[in-house]
Amino acid sequence: MDLEFIIKYHNYFINGTLITLLVSFFGVIFGVILGVFLSLMKLSKNSILRIFAASYIELVRGTPLLVQLFLVYYGVPMVIPLPFSRLSLGVIAVSLNSAAYVAEIIRAGIQSIDKGQMEAARSLGMPHNMAMRYIIIPQAFKNILPALANEFIVLIKESAIISVVGIHDLMYNADTLRGITFKPFSPLIYATLIYFFITFTLSKLIGIAERRLRAGD
Amino acid sequence: MIKVTDLHKKFGELHVLQGINEHIDEGEVVVIIGPSGSGKSTFLRCLNLLEYPTGGEIIFEGTSITDKNNDINMQRQKMGMVFQQFNLFPHMTVMENITLSPMKVKKISKEKAEKIALDLLRRIGLEDKAYSYPNQLSGGQKQRIAIVRALAMSPDVMLFDEPTSALDPEMVGEVLDVMKKLAADGMTMVVVTHEMGFAKEVGSRVLFMDEGKIVEKGTPIELFNSPKHPRTQDFLRKVLY
Repeated sequence: MDLEFIIKYHNYFINGTLITLLVSFFGVIFGVILGVFLSLMKLSKNSILRIFAASYIELVRGTPLLVQLFLVYYGVPMVIPLPFSRLSLGVIAVSLNSAAYVAEIIRAGIQSIDKGQMEAARSLGMPHNMAMRYIIIPQAFKNILPALANEFIVLIKESAIISVVGIHDLMYNADTLRGITFKPFSPLIYATLIYFFITFTLSKLIGIAERRLRAGD
Repeated sequence: MIKVTDLHKKFGELHVLQGINEHIDEGEVVVIIGPSGSGKSTFLRCLNLLEYPTGGEIIFEGTSITDKNNDINMQRQKMGMVFQQFNLFPHMTVMENITLSPMKVKKISKEKAEKIALDLLRRIGLEDKAYSYPNQLSGGQKQRIAIVRALAMSPDVMLFDEPTSALDPEMVGEVLDVMKKLAADGMTMVVVTHEMGFAKEVGSRVLFMDEGKIVEKGTPIELFNSPKHPRTQDFLRKVLY
């Protein structure tokens, strides 16, 4: 645990952490965007949309992220002939995975809104989609913000798996240092501390924000 | 204004409305009374299709709203509704609650919608609450705001679904006062309520419902002073002790 080690190799940890945060952040953002559509499809009256969304969610939640990562990493460049960077493929894999979990969070959030809200909006002449947009979804989002922030924490941890396809995240860099320095333990300890510091701080912040939100009700 | 012919509603095996025929004219205040489970709320909710009838026809201002090709959103703009649980939008200020639908549905400008809202709020003495949130209001204030929100669409008829049942007793009066004023201004109203005093004083007609049917109807004087049907007599004996 010598200081010299961290001074010499701090760039590996900083860059790795930034990549981890970047992938998790965009994973949640795209996950939420896709998740909104998936949840609306799952609540839709159209049975084709409903079955598609339900199958997607079940499939993603029922298979390992590692398998999904490989499927995206090798599959996407085959289907779409664009020069994808490793990082972008990692973000795609994490987003597609996150979307399924976020969709379930949003669905639960929408269903938790009292049905009187929809009835009041409809009785004022609003079409269903307008009522969803102005009345239901804004309230649902406020309720699920803590759960979404929690999903961000989950991704920070789970995203360590993208190191296996050579994306230079915190986990990958810790492993690289192990190879460079022949010290198997120190890099992992530092990586552990960084992961824990980020997730612990975030979860405390969420706790505070949650109490504030509840006080506003 | 509203013509209901042989209206039926089933929830699975439960036959809640068993053939309702009724004609509501412009300017009438029709009060629907009856024991709980008699189908009076379901009947009211069928009038703006919050419940879709399983049989029969409803004609509103010459249009069959039960027709499959009808766009109910057009008629709902002309039918205000007030709920037992108020159903104000908690994430919006009173002003936003009132102006949202006029602005988004009727495409009225923000300035004009806010002017309408303030005029209405002034009438019920709550203009100082325009920028409060619903959770800062008492139950009676919430329900008066809910009435104003419906009125801001300038409806031709107002439907009230037990508007005072969720209120503390001391707040019932302020809501009934707003409704009385509305009736005096000539608004067509259909009111489901347990407030017999309101029915007697304001109702132009009273319908007594039981087991999914209109058992008896008449003016308040006829119905309250000389009920003809044994079930009406029995019900009134229980509620007017």
